[in-house]
Amino acid sequence: MTDANATLAPRTPSRFWRKMRASKSASLGAVIVAFFVFIALAAPILPVPGPTETDWGAVRKAPSAAHLFGTDEIGRDVLSRMIWGAQASLLAGVVSVLIAVALGVPLGMLSGYLRGWTDAVISRFTEALLAAPFLILAIALAAFLGPSLSNAMIAIGLSAMPLFIRLARAQTMSVMTEDYVESARAIGLGHFSLIRKYILPNIFPPILVQSTLTIATAIIAEASLSFLGLGQQPPAPSWGSMLNVAKNFLEQAHWMAMWPGIAIFLVVLGFNLLGDGLRDALDPRDL
Amino acid sequence: MSGDIILRAEGLKRSFVTRKPLFGPATVVQAVDGVDLSILKGETFAIVGESGCGKSTLARLLVRLIDPSEGSVWYDGADIAQLPPEALRALRSDLQFIFQDPFSSLNPQMTVGALIEEPLITHGIGDKDERRARVDDLLTRIGLTPAHADRYPHEFSGGQRQRVGIARALATGPKVIIGDEPVSALDVSIQAQVVNILEDLKEAFGLTLVVIAHDLAVIRHMADRVAVMYLGEIVEVAPAEGLFTAPRHPYTETLLAAIPIARVGPRRAKARIEGDLPNPTAPPPGCRFHTRCSHAQDRCKTERPTLRDLTGRQVACHFAETLDLTGLTGGDAARSPSARARFALYRAARAQEGGITASEKTDSSTKETLS
Repeated sequence: MTDANATLAPRTPSRFWRKMRASKSASLGAVIVAFFVFIALAAPILPVPGPTETDWGAVRKAPSAAHLFGTDEIGRDVLSRMIWGAQASLLAGVVSVLIAVALGVPLGMLSGYLRGWTDAVISRFTEALLAAPFLILAIALAAFLGPSLSNAMIAIGLSAMPLFIRLARAQTMSVMTEDYVESARAIGLGHFSLIRKYILPNIFPPILVQSTLTIATAIIAEASLSFLGLGQQPPAPSWGSMLNVAKNFLEQAHWMAMWPGIAIFLVVLGFNLLGDGLRDALDPRDL
Repeated sequence: MSGDIILRAEGLKRSFVTRKPLFGPATVVQAVDGVDLSILKGETFAIVGESGCGKSTLARLLVRLIDPSEGSVWYDGADIAQLPPEALRALRSDLQFIFQDPFSSLNPQMTVGALIEEPLITHGIGDKDERRARVDDLLTRIGLTPAHADRYPHEFSGGQRQRVGIARALATGPKVIIGDEPVSALDVSIQAQVVNILEDLKEAFGLTLVVIAHDLAVIRHMADRVAVMYLGEIVEVAPAEGLFTAPRHPYTETLLAAIPIARVGPRRAKARIEGDLPNPTAPPPGCRFHTRCSHAQDRCKTERPTLRDLTGRQVACHFAETLDLTGLTGGDAARSPSARARFALYRAARAQEGGITASEKTDSSTKETLS
């Protein structure tokens, strides 16, 4: 009594990759992100001068054959600093979001799953953190922890955490009302398996999208902290600190600000396109 | 059917807080208000009633998907309502649940094979190969093929998904299956399939089936005994045929009269129900049905009737012995043309499936010879 319409055509196992490739914007995002990750990783072997090498004979020179992206106010090669700066920016963006997700999502799921007192305590704590503006909180935390790139990442991660607590809590609560969660309880599934197999996969897509957006925010936050001397320490480069120095020379050397600005723009765009593509490809309902 | 009681509810109550103002008392609705019932081993027991009468809550209480406020549910010598979480989880392999909506009751992130295998893993049944064989067998029984195990729920139709839900409920070899309106979300033609599969599997696995429904035609087709619920209480329990042909509670009569009958002429004015269901947060005193009952007398307004034994049934009405109530006049003749058409469909589907079930059996026997 097999249904005729149940005999579906054989399906390739790599549906996820097929969907990713089929989406042009997701592919573009992946290419952009991959490009920046590549140059960040390949920085030591690329044929550029060192990022901290100064050339007093070429201060604030416009882009030329010798310095493709020009030079900065003390004669350092902007292209080299862009390439090395990609490391700091990407690292700051990704690591701080990982910290925010790793702390925020479990807390949010716990809050939404257990409700009651646990929820009340976690929610009040989250609201207290959210009361302070994101950047102010990050600055305060970074100042408290001491100036360094890793402390800046921790500070940004902790500041972004409340967002993920709230998101995970709300998503968990919404998934908990689904019949399939009740069906998991009906078969006698334990709490741990229920959270791992029913809640986590179903709240994952919005968290992924939020993560990509937050990577962009975190990259900008790292730039701000670097400007205040709380992030990447000079002379090591990051796009944010380059941009902030460059703003003093906008009229004399616009290229100093242009390149980091373009790079931040592209990387943010890349992460957003990639995130949206991932979301669509991971959703099994959408063929 | 033997006379053994497999599942028994005693004084089961569950209330929900619908509104809790900052000051003052909360508004409480008694969804299930003192239900006693016994379900016999091997029978198909139906619970019917209007929307909002508490039948879905009762179904969930019977397997403790929600906790009762008061009362107990006895299964296998233990009160389910009091079991600690671990023991309750272990018991779930015996008591399974089929959900109403096949579109929301399957985790969209898991394949059909994983969904059916999950109860087996949860209860530590079999090794990997045995579980795989069990999943394949169940898929075949519900009319899919083992090749479908790798598909996701969204790739199936509503009827197919509901059958997957049934296979998942059956995986652990339960003793009792409770279906919360298992076919009401499906097309009529698909309902036939699913009802037939339920009945076949009930026979094959020796199940006891408790079905919640508001569709009386399905109930009459499936059930051995029927309980009628009104505002959180059971007002009548009787063998299906007896209940349909000779109701003893005025509410049952009204329910039966509400079955659409396509014929020319006026409806029987007597059994017409008046007004809406009373506000369940403030149920009327005395007999809860007296506000809508055409036989109500003064006694009904003050004294609450309890469920008492009458010959072969239980009725909660002061005047159950004396009232002259009309049911449906027996057999297919009394069924509406639409219901008749449906049962014709059911039978046709069953006849068709009968042939293939036979071929399935040969399939599985060949498989056995091979292994």
